Amino acid sequence: MKFMGYRRADGKAGIRNHVLILPAVVCANRVARGIADMVSGAVWVEHQNGCTQLGADLELSRRVLVAHGAHPNVFGVVVVGLGCETLRAQAVAEEIRAACPGKPVKLVIIQDEGGSVKATTAGAIAAREMLGQASREVKVEIDAAELILGTECGGSDACSGISANPALGKASDLLIEDGGTVILAETTELIGAEHIVAARAVSPAVAERCYEVIARCEKQATDMGVDMRGGQPTPGNIEGGLSSIEEKSLGCVYKAGTKPLQDVIDYAMPVTKRGLVWMDTPGQDIEQLTGMVAGGCQIVVFTTGRGTCCGSPIVPTIKVATNSELFRHMNDNIDLDAGPIVAGAATVDQIGQVIYDEMLAVASGKLCKAEILGFNDFAIHRIGPTM
Amino acid sequence: MMSQKHAIVMNEKDNTATAVEAIDAGTAVVVSVAGQDLAVAVKHKIPFGHKFALRAIEPGGPVIKYGETIGYATKPIAGGEHVHVHNLESGRGRGDK
Repeated sequence: MKFMGYRRADGKAGIRNHVLILPAVVCANRVARGIADMVSGAVWVEHQNGCTQLGADLELSRRVLVAHGAHPNVFGVVVVGLGCETLRAQAVAEEIRAACPGKPVKLVIIQDEGGSVKATTAGAIAAREMLGQASREVKVEIDAAELILGTECGGSDACSGISANPALGKASDLLIEDGGTVILAETTELIGAEHIVAARAVSPAVAERCYEVIARCEKQATDMGVDMRGGQPTPGNIEGGLSSIEEKSLGCVYKAGTKPLQDVIDYAMPVTKRGLVWMDTPGQDIEQLTGMVAGGCQIVVFTTGRGTCCGSPIVPTIKVATNSELFRHMNDNIDLDAGPIVAGAATVDQIGQVIYDEMLAVASGKLCKAEILGFNDFAIHRIGPTM
Repeated sequence: MMSQKHAIVMNEKDNTATAVEAIDAGTAVVVSVAGQDLAVAVKHKIPFGHKFALRAIEPGGPVIKYGETIGYATKPIAGGEHVHVHNLESGRGRGDK
């Protein structure tokens, strides 16, 4: 299968042509938003990170920000720093340039520019130029084998494991059969289903990693001396009929399909293997989404039973309802309906094909609802304190 | 038959069924288990997406869905009873135990 996308100078395939305004630190959020407000078509993110972080936690924030700037769905990037922060905006911009030779990268430092108004102006001038250049990019035919799909489920209900997740699993299998790559994530929501994934690992070492990341995740709850049911399943999950994390996980794991597991990677690390890959992320939807995007996925399919509207600013986030009532009720936000499986009116394979076809249409430019509505959800997982 | 479906059993090992529409207390529900029809008298009102027991589960016994253990019964559960957080507890991530 093929789609029409953007061939980047570094050889990677993009499915969008965004100009991203990227604050390297929390203090630059307002300027980043001001730049995006001034330039029609630019996207921006906001976050709480970049200063007074330490060690591995700081490194993780750096990795996520650089990966968003370097992402193949991004044509050009304006990096905004304050000037005195721990995570140097200069270093973020340099790393993006090194990873993507030829990509337009503009660095704006608020203290150097003489304040927020001047910095916003400098950023807007650069973003305006980039959008002009971006509009002249010509799409080319690209093989589906170059797609990396991020899979996600959030606001799960008891139908997640019956309809939308098995259907997404079918779509995952179809992409892998076409040579592509699928990310399974949200480690918390694999507790109780790890043996199913580990049994499909390509090597004993990969299987061992499955058990390792689950043990680390579960230990966080036990070390805190709490019952994980305080947060997982969520109150909405429980209202929807999910009684335990195991039940939620066993429904979640269907979205990974049936193919062999090639690799287990850390949060926001680049996906380097083809086929099915497990990224160790939290279950919190936005931190997971951000980690998978940093890993290089160009498209996300997100199943939901309770209903969610979120979307990455740079990666189309397609929503699939587990039940037709939700599809009608939150139709402004949900793209596809897997409810006919519950009603017995369609098979898992049929809806799986619908999801795969929609993925390729979106890869070629069809806008999903989260994009049309301007969602720009972004949250970097934290593993250390703010000092 | 499809239009009469009230509940789904995901795997033949399961001792629970998942309601795919709200079921009133006292309803006689027929579910399909590995191609065989099984009649269950549902004792409680079961909201959409919630579970009921296909047969008796003793305290401490595994509650099974998808052919896998999803938790353990905290009290005796009779066939047809609503199964949820009031009579099922997770075995995982239990820092409180």
